[in-house]
Amino acid sequence: MSQTIVTTDTKLPPRPDILGGHTLSMLVNNQPGVLMRICQVFARRAYNLDSVVVSKGRDPQFSRLTLGISGDPAGLDQIIKQCTKLIDVIHCYEHQEAHSVTKELTLIKILCAPTERAEILQVLEHFNAKTVDLTETSMVAMVSGDSDKVDAAVQLLSKFEIIETVRTGKVVMARGDTAT
Amino acid sequence: MDGAQAIITTLDKLGIEYIFGYSGGAALPIFDALETVDSNIKFILSRHEQGACHMADGYARATGKPAAVLVTSGPGAGNTITGIMTAQMDSIPMLIITGQQVTWMLGKDAFQEADTFGITIPVVKHNVLVRETNALPKAIKEAYHIATTGRPGPVLIDVPKNVSQDPFTGDLDPEIDLPGYKPEISFTIDSASVDAAAELISHAKRPLILAGHGAMIAGAEAELMQLATTLNCPVTNTLLGKGVFPEAHDLALGMLGMHGTAYANKAVCECDLLINVGSRFDDRIIGQADKFCSGAKIIHIDIDPSEIGKMIRTDVAIIGDAKVALTQLNEKIAPLETTDWLATLDGYKKKFPLGYRKQGGLRMQQVLDEIYQLTGGDAVVTTDVGQHQMWAAQFYKTAAPFDWISSGGAGTMGFGFPAAIGAQFGRPGKTVIAVVGDGGYQMTLCELATAALHKLPVKILVLNNHYLGMVRQWQELFFDNRESGVDLEGNPDFVKLAEAYGVKGFNIKRPADVGKILQKALDYNDGPCVINVECIKTENVFPMIPAGATLEEMLIEPPKHKMAKPVGST
Repeated sequence: MSQTIVTTDTKLPPRPDILGGHTLSMLVNNQPGVLMRICQVFARRAYNLDSVVVSKGRDPQFSRLTLGISGDPAGLDQIIKQCTKLIDVIHCYEHQEAHSVTKELTLIKILCAPTERAEILQVLEHFNAKTVDLTETSMVAMVSGDSDKVDAAVQLLSKFEIIETVRTGKVVMARGDTAT
Repeated sequence: MDGAQAIITTLDKLGIEYIFGYSGGAALPIFDALETVDSNIKFILSRHEQGACHMADGYARATGKPAAVLVTSGPGAGNTITGIMTAQMDSIPMLIITGQQVTWMLGKDAFQEADTFGITIPVVKHNVLVRETNALPKAIKEAYHIATTGRPGPVLIDVPKNVSQDPFTGDLDPEIDLPGYKPEISFTIDSASVDAAAELISHAKRPLILAGHGAMIAGAEAELMQLATTLNCPVTNTLLGKGVFPEAHDLALGMLGMHGTAYANKAVCECDLLINVGSRFDDRIIGQADKFCSGAKIIHIDIDPSEIGKMIRTDVAIIGDAKVALTQLNEKIAPLETTDWLATLDGYKKKFPLGYRKQGGLRMQQVLDEIYQLTGGDAVVTTDVGQHQMWAAQFYKTAAPFDWISSGGAGTMGFGFPAAIGAQFGRPGKTVIAVVGDGGYQMTLCELATAALHKLPVKILVLNNHYLGMVRQWQELFFDNRESGVDLEGNPDFVKLAEAYGVKGFNIKRPADVGKILQKALDYNDGPCVINVECIKTENVFPMIPAGATLEEMLIEPPKHKMAKPVGST
């Protein structure tokens, strides 16, 4: 690989502590500024947002928000109460992995010569991943599933020249008839 | 009708009696509507937007009803921040209406444009930027509802000039729609929590009630009295809880905390059950959190679930309105045998009374003691922040709810005088005394014009030691007496300054004159008066619990040894 590629990723990012992290799900009013209010609750208390997924709810009056957060677990109860207290937050729940479905999607851009394709595709097949873009010199793979699986796929593909990864962040849904 | 007229009409319908504010370009249509709409609202022009907020705050604390604040965009809104924060920290209902640039200029650095919505998010209970003229009545009704229910607080409504100027064609009485806000649940108390509290109470030998601002906001003074007298239980109160339980009552211990009475703090240390009614366990009450009340069970009654367990572990939490909670609790309790406990506390009252030296110059404590004696506690007292505030809290025993107005959580200097103006508007027949220091008074004394114009008989008691006394006290105790940034050299002659505003002035320089001149000031009701009291500089407030220390480490008198710098809180 003699080309100079500008990359926005470090080669092997430190493994994010998502496993030990917490996932919060909120139903909020679909209005400008709501995310600002919520982010301030976290920033003030030194919580880092590992991932934020916001989308319009089925009822467009509301939005769904899934937050992956890390920080002192002792303060989490307080964070949930402070978020619940916001007028624009309908509810805020923490979801444990055992009782919820948590998924994310990742796009991985790999610099590869045609000779490397076969091996990469083999790896992707194992993870039920797909190629969504293919050129003479590069490939974009799409991996979805729980965060562990995505981590493992990225890890395995790291022997090739990954130049960018973009992760959606976790979305969560409570199992059974529990509200998310 | 235009949007601005819809705003004033809606505020009038909601029963808003006063709007305090300051005009400006982006608020022009709303100010015009004050003239064109036939309403019962009275507009009071302050001399600074911060003053307007504190006036609305003082009005709300003195009456229990919210007032509105009306200012322009940019700097007008910016100047309200301290006032809004003060209200938010102490759970005071307030509606703030800010003018804003026209909608199509937002985000383009237009003249006097500021992101008021963004700036104020951390200091309000809620805020909203209204982008449609027809949405104004709903936004204001919702703001009023949010400000005045549940745990009260300030709500800001940002109104772009075109939104207030455009024709209004909507519904003037729309339904409010707040799916994420359900304050009515605070009137439904989990009976299991009440049962658990009653069970803890039945086993208590040394119970103590901690009465906070929440009890006052809920109007629970009768239920609190019933609880205390039924249980024969002593009562201490927070700074903001002053008056919810009469401080001259036999069971009253006065204020606890950093500068609370020694006997209140000793009661906290030795009780075996603490019943907290509507206090948020502020850091100036609890000292070192993990050692607070370590030997006692704790019952915490609070309307705000996020206060439970925030600072202090609780054994039983009752979430809801204090009046409803105490009503239910009172049905389930029986008298306790507390004779020995009360005798112990009486011993502390005799051993560690509040006091001050009467020789060696004029002390603030004497002035506050005498004003208490002269009024018999029948006055509304507002304070600023600092030494005078703590001495006022100690020596002025508040008798009734809404008679004590002080910036607790925010500790806002400059609060006391404008708050007194608001209080006097709200309670015109009442003696209102603003106890201020020479530092804080100078931050908002431009409101002398407002007070003079309306001939408000506010007594402005300037306890003048030519120093920022509380900071100087900390420098003396913890920073080797290195005075830095505390000498208020250059103070004006406060009496002459008052006279320049057409305000009556009194000077007190000798201890022997205090009672006589205070009486003259109390009898002067033709307008405001300023009583400048020249006090000694070197006096310190005791008792004192250094920040973050345990209540057991309370200093009842000046320490003999050099103290370590406090590391907990401020």
